[in-house]
Amino acid sequence: MRKINNPIHKRKECERMKILSFGHALPKRTVTNAELTQFLDTTDEWIQSHTGIESRYIMTGRETLSGLGAKACKLALEHAGLKPENIDYILCSTTRGEMTFPSTACLIQEKLGATCPCLDVNAGCTGFLYALDVADAMLASGKVKRMLVVCAEQVSRLTDWTDRGTCVLFGDAAGAAVCEAGEGLKSIHLAAEGDAKPLHAWPSGGNSPFDDRIPEEQPLYMNGQEIFKFAVTHSCHDIETVMQDCGLTADAVDYFVLHQANRRILDAARSRLKQPAEKFPVNITTHGNTSSACIPVLLSEMAEDGRLQKGQTLVLSAFGAGLTTGAAVLQY
Amino acid sequence: MSTFETIAKLIAETKDLDINNIKPEMSFADLGLDSLDVAELVMNMEDELGVTIEISPSLKTVQDVVALVDEQKK
Repeated sequence: MRKINNPIHKRKECERMKILSFGHALPKRTVTNAELTQFLDTTDEWIQSHTGIESRYIMTGRETLSGLGAKACKLALEHAGLKPENIDYILCSTTRGEMTFPSTACLIQEKLGATCPCLDVNAGCTGFLYALDVADAMLASGKVKRMLVVCAEQVSRLTDWTDRGTCVLFGDAAGAAVCEAGEGLKSIHLAAEGDAKPLHAWPSGGNSPFDDRIPEEQPLYMNGQEIFKFAVTHSCHDIETVMQDCGLTADAVDYFVLHQANRRILDAARSRLKQPAEKFPVNITTHGNTSSACIPVLLSEMAEDGRLQKGQTLVLSAFGAGLTTGAAVLQY
Repeated sequence: MSTFETIAKLIAETKDLDINNIKPEMSFADLGLDSLDVAELVMNMEDELGVTIEISPSLKTVQDVVALVDEQKK
């Protein structure tokens, strides 16, 4: 594993952005572990003990990623008391857009009836943190006043459903946040170590008669052990870095909202940080790993059930394909 | 403490096992360690011993890891 030398790092004197509200949307279809055992050589016990996942939401026939994303955005706007015309920019984080082009952000804009510029970003499962950082810079520059950051993911349409080691891990979802200039993002730390080997996915090929590549048989590949190591090591380091930036102790943090890749990664990070379970909210049990949507969906659910309150201090942390990693201190 | 003793101690702590029952020739499967337990063990070894260990399918037994660590310590 290479050492990451030059991460982007923003200290608290640069606070420029806050989150006003969240919204999320899930596909209609739930798939339990028991259903997976009907076509995969696996068991409910194995999936639960290795990942903590009991079921996940999976997109079916007519559901579209932009539909899911637009629903999450509408709810976030509603929660902020805003309309699509109040938004100056839509930034969408997705690892597999609905189409190669147009961008999923444009497709979501059409469904919302908004008229602002739109852009997709892809930083793997770390996408929400990377998107927040872009939003922070745009809001700080004064170019825009209010933005929608939406993470829309359909990993189920990317995985190899004959590979019992990976397809059981993922789910589909969209989570959105309305962002505005203000004092919410206290510190953010992003890094990347370009290495496709441990975690990657291939696009489906075209039909160029001049292209003699042999198509990859496995659409999504992950070396679980290497990712586990990368995740725990970097997550804890990133979290400590952003807390140190803000002079925060772990005890002063209300919630640690971590990328929901695997229950055991969450538990390993929690035990290294010596914090109680209730400060590490989870939705992996019922959602699986929904890539960059994990964190905004979880925050939206916490806002809905009252766990998340204005003024609380959150530490966010994610890692994913790239390999990328990021953490932030956010005051809601 | 020999490399084996250090690693046996870490395995015993990770999986709550009796250190006296851990032998070099035992595989991780024999010890009840699954793939993520091995990853966690490797991380703890890296912290404790200051080495970098790449996890590969050839790492099957306690002795495999001892050999890899001793190689790096040279």
